[in-house]
Amino acid sequence: MTRQLTGTATLLRFALRRDRVLIPVWVAVNALMVLSMPKTLQGLYGTPAARADLRHQMAANTSLRAMVGPVFGDSLGALTAWRVGVYAGALAAVTSLLVVVRHTRDEEESGRQELVSSGMVGRRAPLTAALLTAAVANAALCALLVAGLAGQGAPGALAFGLGVAGVGMVFATMAAVVAQLTESARLARGLTAAVLGAAFVLRAAGDSASDGGTGGGSSVLTWLSPLGWLEDLRAFAAERWWVLLLFAAAVALQAAVAYGLAGRRDIGMSFLPTRPGPAAGRLGTAGALAWRLQRGSVLGWSIGFFLAGVVYGGMTDGAAELVGDNAKAREIFQRMGGRSGPTDAFLAAMVGMLGLVAALYVVSSVLRLSGEETSGRAEPVLAAAVGRLRWAAGHLVIAFGGSALLMLLAGLGFAVGYGREVGPVLGACLLQVAAVWVIGGVAVLLFGVLPRGAVAAWGVAGAVLLIGWIGPALNAPRAVLDLSPFGHLPKLPGGGMEWGPVGVLLGLAAVLVAGGLAGVRRRDLAG
Amino acid sequence: MTKAITVSGLHKSFGRTRALDGLDLDVEAGEVHGFLGPNGAGKSTTIRVLLGLLRADSGATQVLGHDPWRDAVEVHRRIAYVPGDVTLWRNLSGGEVIDLYGRLRGGLDTRRRAELIERFELDPAKKGRTYSKGNRQKVALVAAFASDVDLLILDEPTSGLDPLMEEVFQRCVEEERERGRTVLLSSHILSEVEELCDRVSIIRKGRTVESGSLADLRHLTRTSVSAELAGPPDGLAHLPGVHDLDVRGHRVRLQVDTDRLDAVLRSLTASGVRSLTSTPPTLEELFLRHYQDEPGEVTV
Repeated sequence: MTRQLTGTATLLRFALRRDRVLIPVWVAVNALMVLSMPKTLQGLYGTPAARADLRHQMAANTSLRAMVGPVFGDSLGALTAWRVGVYAGALAAVTSLLVVVRHTRDEEESGRQELVSSGMVGRRAPLTAALLTAAVANAALCALLVAGLAGQGAPGALAFGLGVAGVGMVFATMAAVVAQLTESARLARGLTAAVLGAAFVLRAAGDSASDGGTGGGSSVLTWLSPLGWLEDLRAFAAERWWVLLLFAAAVALQAAVAYGLAGRRDIGMSFLPTRPGPAAGRLGTAGALAWRLQRGSVLGWSIGFFLAGVVYGGMTDGAAELVGDNAKAREIFQRMGGRSGPTDAFLAAMVGMLGLVAALYVVSSVLRLSGEETSGRAEPVLAAAVGRLRWAAGHLVIAFGGSALLMLLAGLGFAVGYGREVGPVLGACLLQVAAVWVIGGVAVLLFGVLPRGAVAAWGVAGAVLLIGWIGPALNAPRAVLDLSPFGHLPKLPGGGMEWGPVGVLLGLAAVLVAGGLAGVRRRDLAG
Repeated sequence: MTKAITVSGLHKSFGRTRALDGLDLDVEAGEVHGFLGPNGAGKSTTIRVLLGLLRADSGATQVLGHDPWRDAVEVHRRIAYVPGDVTLWRNLSGGEVIDLYGRLRGGLDTRRRAELIERFELDPAKKGRTYSKGNRQKVALVAAFASDVDLLILDEPTSGLDPLMEEVFQRCVEEERERGRTVLLSSHILSEVEELCDRVSIIRKGRTVESGSLADLRHLTRTSVSAELAGPPDGLAHLPGVHDLDVRGHRVRLQVDTDRLDAVLRSLTASGVRSLTSTPPTLEELFLRHYQDEPGEVTV
């Protein structure tokens, strides 16, 4: 066995060196999100009485509990764990799964692993190094959380930090298993992320079915979800330490499976074999090729947006009820969703959230162009009778048309889940497209003008996401909120329609796209 | 004959790196033109300028009578290109990619496509990720040879092919020549160049150092002569173009610039020749000299 691990230390150092920017940024963002929370909650629910009040309302409100989970205590620490625990765990899970797939299947798929493994590297060393890299990231996050939350109670901080890191490691080892099964890194990431999504839904369903933390236990469904375990740990509210054993058991079990598979298969191969394709093809244009390359991801995103619409639509009534009872919470929703009745404010806030997620889709879709270019696959296509604009347009139609389709489907989902105000909610969804397109335009501009820096578009989308999600809760200054195109959209449904800002956003998007395309025509092809 | 490609004074820099430094290239219509040079000499950069993928800093470039940057699409309709490093889409089959490239060019001859797949022994139903390097190259080669175009630009197209497939490739290039098509072939495989190319251009450090037929190029290099003479040699050391002279008694070994061979032979026969061997430079020697020497020395 030790021979199979030869070279692990070298590979670990190498992996940490490659991730020297990614991991610190992810860890810092996650810690910042959690550690800013006690102060925000202090402002919202300053007195123990206000906090106890919140707790009782949550216990009575099924649908909001589904969204943010039950409250187990009325200390600031307990409320922090309640408010951001699931999100911190989910973010740690995303970080971990990306790190593990990046250092296992990605390396094999690109062929780099072959050269590395021809050195003095044991058969299981790459997997071990990848898991240790994820472990380093999660340990760092755990240390930051424990140190930052210690003021709210040391045992609670320790439980919370270990729980969040535990969720991270559960998904790190899960990604390690999935990476053995698929030949494509993209598929490995997608499948693990789908499990994460399922864990989120299971926890939500379980929490809405439970007694709301007033005394009894959680539902079975919650216990099926690693994100649910984080709740069941009850950090800052009479911690149940034995729940940590669940994390340990899951990590050990999945790691054992991954190790077993990794030792048994050939490099680059998978347990899900590739089927042959057609001997002759019907693809005949650059646009058809772009659609063929992106149709799978468009389908996945479409299903996700429709379901999200249904789920948020279904919890609208309950959420609005609760928000209506708390002046400060109402204020936050109004900052997110506009000054109107609580139902409309909630709907507007959820529609806005989906708009932010659609910005991630548009960036990933536009950056397919960049991936085609840097991989060298664009070169022979552009060496054929395909103009650069036609080539780019094929992908951009899918990026921009696709984001409109996603918001349309979300709107239809709301219609199914909520059933009232169908027209206004659908309109509000489509309105988001103007801001989404501005982000897409930024990605096109970066791709056209600064091809090496095109990935910076992810940074822009991430910043907009942070401003949109945390900005209102932190009571961020207007100037910061205004940086995001989403901040300029009229708050619908409920608010008044203003065509002016929407027109400006659409015009801005058009200018950005035009600038990017001009750059694409003018510059050298990278490769 | 009209020119398929004319390039003069081509410059291209990437930041501080000077990739092309006044490169010239002339390819006649209907010929197979070898494009040679050591690694990093600028061959692929030149080809990417010819394809309009890079914009030249200065210099004139014409491909099939058009500026490849400005009229990229018109030019590309009549060009098939095979890169040295073929990357395919993981989830598209080889057959789909061949058909796609054919349609994106001037069109595809389906009979020839079937024939080429047979000759190259390619399985077109496999997905892109499952092909080996050689098989990925076959996908690009079948697409290129089956396309209805006037000019083929092949950038080290056979580096992954086995000797049998190399044979098939050479036959295909000859068929292209017979059909009157032009081929620009960048290659490091000298036997392939010798077999196929009507003319070659050798570039080094972004500049053309030699251009012409192989016979012309041979003429510019040295011939090895060794002879056994009746008497001691006389005055050989003073003849222009003689190098590495080694005299042991009546035995003489020397290198001579091929265009000075006549004077050396006269001098040798003056001393009386008992035996004589003269070896023309091998292709390898020829290229090694061009690849290694400073550009100025070669033609002296």
